Amino acid sequence: MNEIKTENVSFSYDQKTIVLKDINLTLANKPTAIIGQNGAGKSTLVKLFKGLLKPTEGDIWINGKNTKEFTAAQLASHIGLVFQNPGDQIFKHKVIDEVMFGPLNIGQSREKAYQNSIEALKKVHMEKYKDENPYDLNLSQQKLVTIASILAMDPPIIIFDEPTIGQDDFGKELLKNLIRDLAAEGKLVLTIIHDMDFVAETFERTIVMNQGEVILDGPTREVFAKEDIIKLAKLDLPHVMQMAKVFGIEETVLTVDELITRLQRI
Amino acid sequence: MKKIIVDSLKYKYPGTDNLALNDISFEVEEGEIIGIVGKNGSGKTSLSLSLTGLIPHFFGGGYGGKVLVDGLEVRNSTVTEISERVGYVFDNPFSQMTAAKYTVYEEVAFGLENMGLPREEIKKRVDWSLQLLDLESIKEKYPFDLSGGQMQRVAIAGVIAMKPQILVLDEPTSQLDPEGSEEVFQVIQSLAQEGITILIVEHKLEKIAKFCDKILLLHEGQLIDFNHPQEVFSRDDLKDYGIMPPVFTRVCRALDIKNPLTGHYPVTLEEVTQLVKNHE
Ligand SMILES: Nc1ncnc2c1ncn2[C@@H]1O[C@H](COP(=O)(O)OP(=O)(O)OP(=O)(O)O)[C@@H](O)[C@H]1O
Ligand SMILES: Nc1ncnc2c1ncn2[C@@H]1O[C@H](COP(=O)(O)OP(=O)(O)OP(=O)(O)O)[C@@H](O)[C@H]1O
Ligand SMILES: [Mg+2]
Ligand SMILES: [Mg+2]
Repeated sequence: MNEIKTENVSFSYDQKTIVLKDINLTLANKPTAIIGQNGAGKSTLVKLFKGLLKPTEGDIWINGKNTKEFTAAQLASHIGLVFQNPGDQIFKHKVIDEVMFGPLNIGQSREKAYQNSIEALKKVHMEKYKDENPYDLNLSQQKLVTIASILAMDPPIIIFDEPTIGQDDFGKELLKNLIRDLAAEGKLVLTIIHDMDFVAETFERTIVMNQGEVILDGPTREVFAKEDIIKLAKLDLPHVMQMAKVFGIEETVLTVDELITRLQRI
Repeated sequence: MKKIIVDSLKYKYPGTDNLALNDISFEVEEGEIIGIVGKNGSGKTSLSLSLTGLIPHFFGGGYGGKVLVDGLEVRNSTVTEISERVGYVFDNPFSQMTAAKYTVYEEVAFGLENMGLPREEIKKRVDWSLQLLDLESIKEKYPFDLSGGQMQRVAIAGVIAMKPQILVLDEPTSQLDPEGSEEVFQVIQSLAQEGITILIVEHKLEKIAKFCDKILLLHEGQLIDFNHPQEVFSRDDLKDYGIMPPVFTRVCRALDIKNPLTGHYPVTLEEVTQLVKNHE
């Protein structure tokens, strides 16, 4: 069983402004979303999980390893992070080299790394771009390449920072299924995302952050029942719930099918 | 008045075989808001770039047909001339940052300074723009020390501050929180009311349906439809173009709830609300 645990974690980039305040979380294998307003501290928090930043106060354990005692490189085979901005991740001039970098770096043989990279590219429908320069791809394609890079390393914990940026409906569906499959394989999957419909359809657990704090955490269905907190965090209800309210349905509705079934009864 | 005329536009990136834009023609009136939709790779960014002159002047490649922005033929004008009329928000906010400025404030002021406006006017417009994008509290920060959504707000603020006659935005809300996305669309709406003509590429179809006068649907470089949201989202073949109609439309379609006034399935929450009210 994979686990991320934080105890009283606070963080500041400049010793002046507090970016994260007293975060206490235990994350396990349920597919989990982190949502919250721009600047809430979501990306910062997952960079701390990945060991790229170290807590100003408190501790973080990744499968029992305190991130203060390990370098990000040492943690690389345990936890993979797909960055919000692909430009922060991409540095090779060929897609296949980019994807193979991680696997090679954690000690996979060339052959194995190649095989895993091709598999990973296939999962995100990008294998036909393997010989292209990632810098020539557009944002939505770069995002998929960076996702493949992490999949190829096959870490037990995978974090996606806004994976749906630029994706069309097909891409979103693909990512939804990917997240479900990874969770079914027993991986801990954590996703930062602003698309509330996607959250409602995909994640069992949702964590709401606001100004550096966790203000709500629970099963997605219960989280979206707290409209006042959702609005406070500059978020919104999924479109199906907004629509359900118009028909006088006050309970949480998470998917289009669920709403259709409800409405067929009235 | 026609602000944009695109006539039989064809475009091919250098070194490629397929047309990224294949015989596109349409016209946009002053103050209209046009939503550009289509699946990944359908040509949305290419079409936006062809309105800014970066296609063909920066990208090169094969070009045919005509694009007129505010009467200026793009092919025969410089990117600088065009940029006085057309403001552009890139899909990737990093592409927008000048990397020459040390604060968010200066970054937003950059374009205005290049326009040679008086200091007072620059200050007024920057303050206005910072406030619209909720950036006042971070205006002294270094533009590269921002969260993704904050940087996207800066990119939008810098372009809006210039108040170009034509505003082209490529997925400007992709990293914004839900409230921020709604606010950006409201800002766009008020700019359109002042007569600014707007083209916005966006995957959030609920927003497109609510705020756009017309939708331009692209598929494999071709223009499939250029019509009002109700018409476009009622098409039976949308799936073939990789597009799902707004959630509201999908639910109403499943339940066969049509708006008697339009004969189409509702496309916005407001429309659904009105229908339910009328029914009661
Ligand atoms: N390198 C940095 N140096 C200083 N401050 C930073 C840095 N990176 C982020 N910040 C600040 O820390 C806060 C949290 O940023 P973070 O990127 O974690 O937010 P976020 O929740 O991911 O937001 P978004 O939804 O916009 O991506 C913001 O106020 C941001 O300006
Ligand atoms: N710089 C480039 N060089 C060569 N081909 C390109 C370039 N940019 C885009 N293309 C190709 O042109 C076509 C249209 O791409 P474009 O970026 O305009 O699509 P898009 O609709 O904006 O896609 P997305 O939703 O992914 O942003 C695609 O086939 C794409 O691969
Ligand atoms: Mg972020
Ligand atoms: Mg694009």
